[in-house]
Amino acid sequence: MLSIDSVEKGVVIDHIKAGTAMRIYQYLNLDALDCSVAIIKNAKSVKLGKKDIIKIEDRIDLDLNVLGYMDPDATVNIIEDGRITSKLKLSLPDKLINVIRCKNPRCITSVEQEIIQMFKLWDREKKSYRCVYCEQENN
Amino acid sequence: MRHVIEPTDMSVDEIDQLIAIAEDIERGPNDYANRCEGRILASLFYEPSTRTRLSFESAMISLGGSVIGFSSADTSSAAKGESVADTIRAISCYADICAIRHSKEGAALVAAAYSRIPVINAGDGGHEHPTQTYTDLLTIHSVKKSLCGLTVGLCGDLKFGRTVHSLIKALSLYRDNEFVLVSPDELQVPEYITGILKDRGCLFERTSDLESCISRLDILYMTRVQRERFFNEADYVRLKDSYILNMSKLAKAKDSLAVLHPLPRVNEIAVEVDNDPRAKYFSQVQYGKYIRMALIMKLLEDRNGGGAC
Repeated sequence: MLSIDSVEKGVVIDHIKAGTAMRIYQYLNLDALDCSVAIIKNAKSVKLGKKDIIKIEDRIDLDLNVLGYMDPDATVNIIEDGRITSKLKLSLPDKLINVIRCKNPRCITSVEQEIIQMFKLWDREKKSYRCVYCEQENN
Repeated sequence: MRHVIEPTDMSVDEIDQLIAIAEDIERGPNDYANRCEGRILASLFYEPSTRTRLSFESAMISLGGSVIGFSSADTSSAAKGESVADTIRAISCYADICAIRHSKEGAALVAAAYSRIPVINAGDGGHEHPTQTYTDLLTIHSVKKSLCGLTVGLCGDLKFGRTVHSLIKALSLYRDNEFVLVSPDELQVPEYITGILKDRGCLFERTSDLESCISRLDILYMTRVQRERFFNEADYVRLKDSYILNMSKLAKAKDSLAVLHPLPRVNEIAVEVDNDPRAKYFSQVQYGKYIRMALIMKLLEDRNGGGAC
């Protein structure tokens, strides 16, 4: 069994869908952190069968919108003195700003790069967003 | 400050008001000849247009205002690589209101975000063209005296036609309208549009046969079926004549039918139909000017807190 030290003070992102932790790591820019960050892939899970976990050895502010978009079923545990002091529930955000890019070559954002990339939640069940400029669906 | 980027930027009540004003303009255009005196419309057309650009310009001139602008990207700073945001910032210093057409979808929304004057979307690529929708609604209202209880046929390319999508969205807000969607299988209306019809409780049917349904229609909105939209040439050849309106098909229609088309047409309405009293697509062009006059006045009045424009 792989052993990774428990976090004394920091954040644990748990119940991540197996195989997506690296993408979350990149989207949250965790590579820019100075503190220890552990990515555990394919850990055993009663609920999911297997799951990914990210442990961050520092109390940082996470962009919950990005995390909610990446995996709304993940849970965020805030750790103080080795104990979970709060659990944050995620959900799909209503709006995404500069998280994903519009792929429509006819969209104004394809030629004017400085425009903020903005998407609105279109269908919660399908996890589908539409670009606010051209309304193209992003899947 | 108000902008009109998509048709729903005006509520149903506001659209009804625009229609009422446009019909009043039709009755007495001289009463409106000085309503925008001293005001300037910037006509920012990054791509070619005949009717839309000239109708905006004619509308402003008929209201006593003036027009500045450009009619292609080549004759603006866009040719030097200037962004829409920077262009509209500059234009806001010269004009009181602007109409923008751009080949890229969402360009008008970007302009609105940086503008200090009202922005009207005069077409952004294949996306939205709200003043065409208001024109269509005014034409229908002028002919039928109502926007309710109509059986509306939409024929041709229902998949890619932005005017069709906008018109369905707008007309489905009015009660008791029924839609007959006439197109080849390849060019059916997208699911999200039929989803809107279902959500609003509107009756609709899909068919590929115009002749079988034309006798029931109060409105027939024609669009062009383009060769390049088909997956193979054989299908195009087999179907292309089905979607050309001629006197033979029109013989089966009601005397009260109104035939509309956003124009330009190519061959989807035979020239022989032009002289039939049911052909309303050239009147539609005239209504396009009146509704733009009404819209320019409304946006300038709103900017002045409801006072005269």
